[in-house]
Amino acid sequence: MKKSARFDKNKVILGIAAPVLAIVAALLITSVIILATGKDPLHAYAVMLDFGSKSDSQVWIINKAVPYYLSALAVAIGFRMNLFNIGVDGQYRIAAFFAAVVGGALTLPGFLQIPLIILVAMLVGSVWAGIAGLLKTTRGVSEVITTIMLNAIAAAVIGYFLQDGRLAVKDGNLFHTPSLPASSHFFSIPTQPAPLDGFLVVAVVVGFAYWFVLNRTRFGFDLRTVGQSESAAEAGGVGVKRMIVTSMLLSGAAAGLIGMPTLLGESYNYGTDFPIGIGFTGIAIALLGRNHPVGMAAAALLWGFLERTGTQLEFEDYQQEIVGVMQGVIVLCVVVAYELVRRYGLRLQQRQVGAELAAQARKTEKAEVSS
Amino acid sequence: MELRGITKRFPGVVANHDIDITIRRGTVHALVGENGAGKSTLMKILYGMQKPDEGTIGIDGERVSFHSPADAIARGIGMVHQHFMLADNLTVLENVVLGGEKLHGIGGKARTEILKISERYGLGVRPDVLVEDLGVADRQRVEILKVLYRGARTLILDEPTAVLVPQEVDALFDNLRELKAEGLTVIFISHKLGEVLSVADDITVIRRGTTVASVVPGETTPKQLAELMVGSELPSPQTRESTVTDVEMLKAEGLRLSTADAEGVERIVLDDVSLTIHKGEVLGIAGVEGNGQAELVEAIMGMRDPDSGTITLDGSDISRLPTRTRREDGIGYIPEDRHRHGLLLEAPLWENRILGHVTEKPNAKGLLLDLKAARADTERIVAEYDVRTPGIEVTAASLSGGNQQKLIVGREMSHHPKLLIAAHPTRGVDVGAQAQIWDQIREARREGLAVLLISADLDELIGLSDTLRVMYRGRLVADADPATITPEELGSAMTGAATGHLTVSEDGPAEGRTEEGGSE
Repeated sequence: MKKSARFDKNKVILGIAAPVLAIVAALLITSVIILATGKDPLHAYAVMLDFGSKSDSQVWIINKAVPYYLSALAVAIGFRMNLFNIGVDGQYRIAAFFAAVVGGALTLPGFLQIPLIILVAMLVGSVWAGIAGLLKTTRGVSEVITTIMLNAIAAAVIGYFLQDGRLAVKDGNLFHTPSLPASSHFFSIPTQPAPLDGFLVVAVVVGFAYWFVLNRTRFGFDLRTVGQSESAAEAGGVGVKRMIVTSMLLSGAAAGLIGMPTLLGESYNYGTDFPIGIGFTGIAIALLGRNHPVGMAAAALLWGFLERTGTQLEFEDYQQEIVGVMQGVIVLCVVVAYELVRRYGLRLQQRQVGAELAAQARKTEKAEVSS
Repeated sequence: MELRGITKRFPGVVANHDIDITIRRGTVHALVGENGAGKSTLMKILYGMQKPDEGTIGIDGERVSFHSPADAIARGIGMVHQHFMLADNLTVLENVVLGGEKLHGIGGKARTEILKISERYGLGVRPDVLVEDLGVADRQRVEILKVLYRGARTLILDEPTAVLVPQEVDALFDNLRELKAEGLTVIFISHKLGEVLSVADDITVIRRGTTVASVVPGETTPKQLAELMVGSELPSPQTRESTVTDVEMLKAEGLRLSTADAEGVERIVLDDVSLTIHKGEVLGIAGVEGNGQAELVEAIMGMRDPDSGTITLDGSDISRLPTRTRREDGIGYIPEDRHRHGLLLEAPLWENRILGHVTEKPNAKGLLLDLKAARADTERIVAEYDVRTPGIEVTAASLSGGNQQKLIVGREMSHHPKLLIAAHPTRGVDVGAQAQIWDQIREARREGLAVLLISADLDELIGLSDTLRVMYRGRLVADADPATITPEELGSAMTGAATGHLTVSEDGPAEGRTEEGGSE
C-alpha cells in the first residue's frame, strides 16, 4: 500500500510540474519579448491581472470560454482516438448555419424548438465530420487533409446559401438567416453586472459526459485503447474502423454545439458576422488542457482572460498583439513541457521498478544463501 | 578484439551478462544464438550504439570505450545492418559518399576509390546505378562497400543471410572469404547453423544473454550447436501423460487467404489449411517464421478475413463473427508481439488487465466499467501469476518482458478460455518465467483447454505438444509425433525438405545426447 502511494505522489507531482514549468517558461519568454519592445513586462501583467479580475471582465471571460470549451471538447474526442480533427471550425459553422435556417423557419414552443435547433446542429456537425471518418476508413485518406478541406467546402456552402433570395435576408450591409422567434432564445443566468450565458450549464454537462464516457464506460475504454495502440485494440476485439467513424461523428456532434451559445443567446441568426475560427482556438485549448475536462476548462478561461485583458493593454500603450504572442508561446511551452515530463516520468518509473525489483531479488538471494 | 565480462541491463531485464569473446584478426567469427538470446544487444555495444554497464572491450590489447558509432568507425569497426540503410533515390556512389564526403570528396576520386574497393574484394558494384534498381544482394554489397569505404577493418554483419536466397548466400560467403584473405575481420551473426559451419573460423554460442561455448567448426555438428543454443539443462517442457479427448474444440477447414504486397503482387499466405484441436490437446505448429503462422492465428482470431474456409469453435460456426465475439466465446490469445498486440505500454497494469476483455466480468457491469473489481482482479493476477511489480498503477512499459508476459498469460487464463492461441509464448522471457508459463499451459490443458501453440523454439514445441504440424509456404505440409521426433528432423521439414508423416530414424536422438559433453 505504501509503495503505490509513493508512485501516486510522483504522478501528482509530475502532473503539476508540467503546467507550472510551461507557464513559468511562457512568462519568461513573453517578458523577454515585451522587454525587447522597450516596455515593462511586470506592469503589463499587473494591468492584466487588475483588469481581468473586475466583475464585468469575469462575466465576459466566462461567456467567452463557453464556446471555446465546447470546441476543445470536440477536438479532444479526436485526440483521445489519435485523430486530428482540424475541421471543427467548418463543422461548427455549417452546423450553426443550418440550425439557424431551421430555427428561423419554425415557430414552435421553446421547449421543442430549442432542443430541435441544437439537435439539427449536432446532426449537421457529425455528418460533416463523418465524411472525413468514412473517407479515412474506406479510402485511407488522412483525416487531417479531409477535415481541413471540408472547412473550405463548408465556407463555400455557407457563402452560397447566405444570399438574398436563397436562405438569407439582407440587413443593411449584412446578410443573415431569418432571426429565431423569441421563444427560441436560450435562458441566461442573472448575475451582476451582466448575465451569464445559460449555455454554461450545457458546457458543464457535456464536459462531465466526456469524462464519464471516456473513463467509466466500455465504449470509452475501447476508444482510448484505439488511441493508444491501434494494433492492440484490434487484437483486443475493438472494431477500429467503426470506432474511427463513431468518434468522428461524436467529435462533429460536439462541434455542432460550439455555435449554439452565440446563435441561441446572442445573435439569434447566422450572418456574415458570425464568429469564425473558434475551431482552431479549440485545438490550442485542447492541447493546453491535455484533453482533460478540467484542464481544458482552465485553459478556456485562461484564453478568455488573455483576450479580455489584451484589449486593456492597448490603452496602456502596449501592442495588443502581445496577447497573441503570449497565447502562441503558452501552447508551445505546454506541448514541449508535457512531452518532456511524460518521457521523464516513464523513465523514472522504469528505473524505480527496476531498482525495487533488484532490491527484492537481492533480499531473497541473501535469504537463500544464509539459510 | 577481446570482450570481457560485458553486462548490459535494461529496465527490469538483463540483456547481456558476463560475455567473454576473443576475436582473432583475419577470421570470420560467428555469433550464434536463438532469437532474443542477446546477440543484437551485444553487437550494438560493439558498434557503440549502447554502452555496457560492466565489462571491457579491447582492440589489439588496448582498452577502448565507444560513445557512439562514430567512435567505432574511427577504430575501424563497421556494421552492416539487417535492414539496409540506403537512400533508394540516390545512386550507389551517392549512397556510399553520403556522410563520408570528407574522405575522398564526392566526385571522380570517390568513384575511383569505390571501384578499387569493389575490384579488390570482388564485390562487383557499379557506382552510377540507382539503388532502387538494385536487388537485395546487390544492396547488401553496397552496404558492405560503404563500410569498407570508411576504412573498416572489422565488419559486423547482422543476420546477413536472412534476406538472401541460397545462391546469393554462396556469393556473399565468397565475398567474406575475400575479405578474410585481405586480413579483415568479419563478425557474422546468425542463427542458421549450416551457414555458420560453412563460413566461420570460430563460433561463439550465446544463450540467454551470456556466452556458453566457443567451438571450432571442424569439431562440431549442427546438432551439437543446436543443443548448445537451446541448452539441454533448461527446464524441459516435457508433457507426456496425454489428456487429449475426442471432443473437437476448434476445427478449421480449407482456410485460404491471399494478400497483395506493396507492389500489388498477389501472394497466397494460407493455402487450404485444415486442422482440428480437441479438448485437452496442444497442437504445435512448427515452421520458419513468415510461412503463414501469423496469418493463421489472425484468421482464427478474426483479425483477418480468410477468402474461404470455415472455423468452428466448440460446435458453433464462428467464421463470420467479429474478434470481440470470438474472444467472449472463449478464445484466449497470447500474441506473438506483446508490445503491439497484447499491451497498452503507457497504461497502468489494471487497464492492461481490461484490454481485450472489456465486455467481460469482472471488468464491466453492463455498459459501464467496474474499475474496483478490475483493480482487485489485477492484484489477484499479479499475486497468482507471480508478476514482479511494485504495484498495479505502474505502466506496463516498466515491467520486464517476462513479467509482461506473465500478466498477459494471467489475463487470458482468468477468463477460462476454451481455446488458447499461444504464439511464441516464451519468446524473450527469462528461464524462470518460461517454466511458469509452461506449467500454466500444462495445467490448463489438463482441465480440458485446447491450445494452438506456435513457436520457433523446437524443444518447446516438441515438449508441450500432443500433435505437431509443420507449416511451409502457407500449407500444413507434414505432421509428426512429438514423442519420437527430434528437432533436427523437424527442422528439415520446416525447410520443405520433408513432407507427409515424419517418422524417426532409430539412432537419431540418442546420438545427440552422447556427443554433447565432448564439445564443452
